[in-house]
Amino acid sequence: MMPSVAEERLAPRIVGVEFPFGHAFGMPHDGPMQRRTLELALRVLAGASRTGTRVDLDLEWPVPVREAYRAWQPKEPSPIVRKMLESRKGS
Amino acid sequence: MVVDSFRYLPRTFRPLYEGRGPFPGEEEAVWTPFEKRLAQSRIALLTSAGIYLKSSQTPFDLEREQTHPEWGDPSWRAIPSTYGAGDIGVAHLHINDEDLLADAEIALPMNLLGELAVEGVIGGTMAEHLSVMGFQDRSLRDWHDRTAPELVAHLRREAADGLILAPA
Repeated sequence: MMPSVAEERLAPRIVGVEFPFGHAFGMPHDGPMQRRTLELALRVLAGASRTGTRVDLDLEWPVPVREAYRAWQPKEPSPIVRKMLESRKGS
Repeated sequence: MVVDSFRYLPRTFRPLYEGRGPFPGEEEAVWTPFEKRLAQSRIALLTSAGIYLKSSQTPFDLEREQTHPEWGDPSWRAIPSTYGAGDIGVAHLHINDEDLLADAEIALPMNLLGELAVEGVIGGTMAEHLSVMGFQDRSLRDWHDRTAPELVAHLRREAADGLILAPA
């Protein structure tokens, strides 16, 4: 989901997906989408010839960005996000 | 197509991830060639979605995270590939768990991997796959000293040839 971060961290093999957080392999109950993702991961696992190999999956998330952006987030802010928001308010 | 790594990340979080470089002490790239054919290889999965089995496992410790916001539970769970769909729980305060509970394959595609094994695409899958909770203390000390060595030992015991890590 954040392949450029994996690159910075020097992950040896990376598959980039432009999917919302919590959905590494795709939409729920979408077997073909999940299969395309998993098969690409297996190809990169077995076929990469050097460290830092990155291949991005050419699949668009089938939900409008704004809706998907809201949907992946927890109903309540996580404790660390709450703490960050509180410290911003206080500054 | 080049994936936009920050498409779904709140803008204010971007500096927390971008331009940080490698972890201290991990500046050298690692590399292990994959020498077997996939069709002869046993493949394992690891998710960081905080999945656990409600009937037999304790959830990741979210209570402590509530009182210590910079801490994340560094323990791990082995999820049998024969799990019952209704037995899947999710303990992760940083993502919405609705889709994961509806179809855990979006994070841990154990059934799909099993199908690929039956079709002969891979040699085999594991009796158990791995689950962690992805929000961790930024120093990653517990992960470095305990979690990662335990996971590696488990995978070696189970004779895994390759591991697909799926961040949540």
